[in-house]
Amino acid sequence: MSLLHLENLTVSINTADGPIDIIEQINLQMSAGDKLGIVGESGCGKSITALAIISLLPEKSIVSGRILLNGENLLDLSPAEMCRVRGNRVGMIFQEPMTALNPVKTIGAQIAESLKLHLKIGRKEIQDRVSQLMEDVGLPVRRFPLDLYPHLLSGGQRQRVMIAMAIACEPDLLIADEPTTALDVTVQEQILDLILDLADRSGMGLIMISHDLGVIAQTTEQVAVMYTGNLFETGPTAEVFNQMAHPYTHGLFSAIPKPGHSAEQERSRLYTIPGQVPEIHMRPDGCSFADRCGHALESCRTQDPPKIDLGNQHLAWCFNPINRTDKG
Amino acid sequence: MKSPLIKIVNVVKDYQLPRKKLLEKRPPFRALNGVSLEVERGASFGIVGESGCGKSTLARIVMALDKPTSGQVYYEDKELFGLKTKELNGLRHHFQMVFQDPYGSLNPRKNVLGIVAEPLDTLKEKLTTQQRQKRVEKTLEEVGLNRNDIVKYPHEFSGGQRQRIAIARALITRPSLIVADEPVSALDVSVQAQVLNLMMDLQEKYNLTYIFISHDLSVVEFITDSVAVIYLGKIVEQGKTRDLFRNPLHPYTQTLLAAVPDIDPSKKRERSGKKEMVFSDAPPQGCPFQPRCQSATEICEQQNPELASKGDQHVACHHV
Amino acid sequence: MWLSIRGCGEVIVARRMNEIFRHGLEHRSFVIGGIITLLFFLIAVLSYIWTPHSIENLSIVNRLKLPNATYWLGTDHFGRDILSMLIVGARNSVIVAFVAIGIGIGIGVPLGLIAAASRGWTDEIIMRFNDFTFAFPSIISAIMITAILGPGAVNSIIAIGIFNIPVFARVARGAALSFWKREFILAARSAGKGTLRISFEHILPNIFSILIVQATIQFGIGILAEAGLSYLGLGTQPPSTSWGKMLNEAQTMLYIAPQLAIYPGVAIVLTVLGLNLFGDGLRDVLDPKLRRNR
Repeated sequence: MSLLHLENLTVSINTADGPIDIIEQINLQMSAGDKLGIVGESGCGKSITALAIISLLPEKSIVSGRILLNGENLLDLSPAEMCRVRGNRVGMIFQEPMTALNPVKTIGAQIAESLKLHLKIGRKEIQDRVSQLMEDVGLPVRRFPLDLYPHLLSGGQRQRVMIAMAIACEPDLLIADEPTTALDVTVQEQILDLILDLADRSGMGLIMISHDLGVIAQTTEQVAVMYTGNLFETGPTAEVFNQMAHPYTHGLFSAIPKPGHSAEQERSRLYTIPGQVPEIHMRPDGCSFADRCGHALESCRTQDPPKIDLGNQHLAWCFNPINRTDKG
Repeated sequence: MKSPLIKIVNVVKDYQLPRKKLLEKRPPFRALNGVSLEVERGASFGIVGESGCGKSTLARIVMALDKPTSGQVYYEDKELFGLKTKELNGLRHHFQMVFQDPYGSLNPRKNVLGIVAEPLDTLKEKLTTQQRQKRVEKTLEEVGLNRNDIVKYPHEFSGGQRQRIAIARALITRPSLIVADEPVSALDVSVQAQVLNLMMDLQEKYNLTYIFISHDLSVVEFITDSVAVIYLGKIVEQGKTRDLFRNPLHPYTQTLLAAVPDIDPSKKRERSGKKEMVFSDAPPQGCPFQPRCQSATEICEQQNPELASKGDQHVACHHV
Repeated sequence: MWLSIRGCGEVIVARRMNEIFRHGLEHRSFVIGGIITLLFFLIAVLSYIWTPHSIENLSIVNRLKLPNATYWLGTDHFGRDILSMLIVGARNSVIVAFVAIGIGIGIGVPLGLIAAASRGWTDEIIMRFNDFTFAFPSIISAIMITAILGPGAVNSIIAIGIFNIPVFARVARGAALSFWKREFILAARSAGKGTLRISFEHILPNIFSILIVQATIQFGIGILAEAGLSYLGLGTQPPSTSWGKMLNEAQTMLYIAPQLAIYPGVAIVLTVLGLNLFGDGLRDVLDPKLRRNR
């Protein structure tokens, strides 16, 4: 049964020069227990997609398409109904653990917030659940009493508290927006493992948003690559990473310094994608990547790229993908 | 043999923590615990560590922006902290710094000309307005920006471009040494590659010496030829980048390298335990990594290992 | 701001000021506030050359006349032309408030900058002086000062000005402290610049907008403070007048001729409003981040 289905999701905002699409025609599907990664650089729209799902977009946004959570279109819900979804059926973890917690509330109170809001249970039971959640996220209550304030915790510890808050009501879907970007690499390892453990144990779906291809490789089974608000490539993570079809994905991959590079004799340079990501209001016609793409054809600059099915649920939106094994 | 460009000898830096109670005596926080390094001219030296290890403190001390509690820093045989302020400021154009935050390291109220030209203000030779402007324009072109950008303000540029402006500012006095403190950490992958390539090009062109500080191991592996790993204010391993990454000797270095998520999805790592490992503080006379170390034994609690050589590498560990 | 882009060549400076001006004209608060403020300043200046009638002309026979051809806003209970009184009052209120801010900024801001730059004992001493001054309730102290020094406009300026100093010192210090932590200050230090130069070249331009906003607030307070002092008979002395003094004199006539209080009251409200708008607008206009991309 499909857990989440984004159908032609488009978010635009009104600017002085008219409405501009921030994300365009996003189509993604997830079943319960799936782990989907969304990868891209700044401005690609990955965070906006997440915010659209839980309906926390900036005020002047216009959303079209459908967001189906367990078959129900979230866009049809009233704000009050949406509040019952947030924290209850969909949980979210944010990037900056240092600022995402309220500095004047105890960690116990913050974890209890969504429990109090969504579940009709008594105070004692809430206490018990909060203690259990703290254990689940690896913060034993003996060492981390519930009346601690966030500033006494390290970044990794705060992130664990945020995770506890997000899963408190046992949501069907957990969205993690760059959860470890601000953390040290050894802490990142622990936090990612924790998230994966929790996802496996509860069977909830996981959306992992990151710009770090390593994180995506290690935590997801499906991946979607975004650029300036469009989907460029989707498919099983292993498939996409081993057989990159879209020139952008390929460029992204090539630009990362690989381990073992220091063993080379030559001080070679990194592969770079020429140019830079266009501003949101200056996106060119046709494929927005065309003027930076080594594979570009004439049609790329004038028409929107078609969806190509490469088999194995691997899709790319491109006129001239790499390793073209078109099955259409 | 030519002396190294930068020589850091046994630098210790203590910070006095604010008192919680009125007459409480708090022991100082030791950010750097006897760090010594030598960097040759033209080298690209990396300093790797996680947050709180002291690498940024070290960067500021090398740049003489902070005084060490004890220890010396030599720039070409001149001990920086023994000089008078005027003399020290006179030397500053030889070493410049590039900072991490491309948003915070540029004064939002100054335009590019004002920002990039700033280090020129304190040079002994005074330039005319025109000379100043010409020099800024030339440097901007060298870092891949347009000379017409001089009238623009920082907020009109992207993160990668701002970092180029910061590099231009560091470059304008033709320094010998550039200390780069996490210069690409805040940038997107593709932009990061451009900036790293630029830094390598500039190094070759001007025979620059880099001290490159980062927590990102892949970046450090790429751009440096020697590297030192810092843990809690102490260098625990040091050597040629190639050697250290291929064969890390210190348990901490091994932990760091193992923690980097592999880009190959088929190589999924074994999951670690989920418990938040809170490490009790190591006994002060022992090895700082001891509470976390798998191979720790009794001697590790009693004696802080010194940096000893093992072949071309230097490791501070009792069990190597 | 144009000082901070020194050495850029005269062309760039002129271009920038031109830009500020043109950009300013697009900003509503700036324009409306600017016009109102300018108007009142001009009226204040005008009072030195001309007023419709002399305010020293008492004409009991014409007392409490309603607005007519000769007396455009009517007369007060002594037969003096209200409009002329407002004009002269503008001068006293505006000048007092303005010079008082000048004292506050001229002494307070450098103190604040020095405190932020030096930290340690200097900072402590400056801030304790600040606290000391704050501890005195300002109006009562202003009364005390004018009582000691004698009533009059000049002494009002001193009294009000003294209480502006700790306000600006504290605001400047607080804002400066947050900028000292920024990385571009480290960059300036690594260029070899000293703290004094950094304070004026880097810190001051960045805290300018905060100071402007504070100045407009203090201006409004200054006008009201002067009105208060005059109300108590300690500020402007006869035969001159100020809006506060007009309010004072209108007290006894409140039920018979409320307009005597309304006119100066409205004048005060408009001036303070105009100034606040102008201050907000100026802050936005000077912020390079709010420039529209060309």
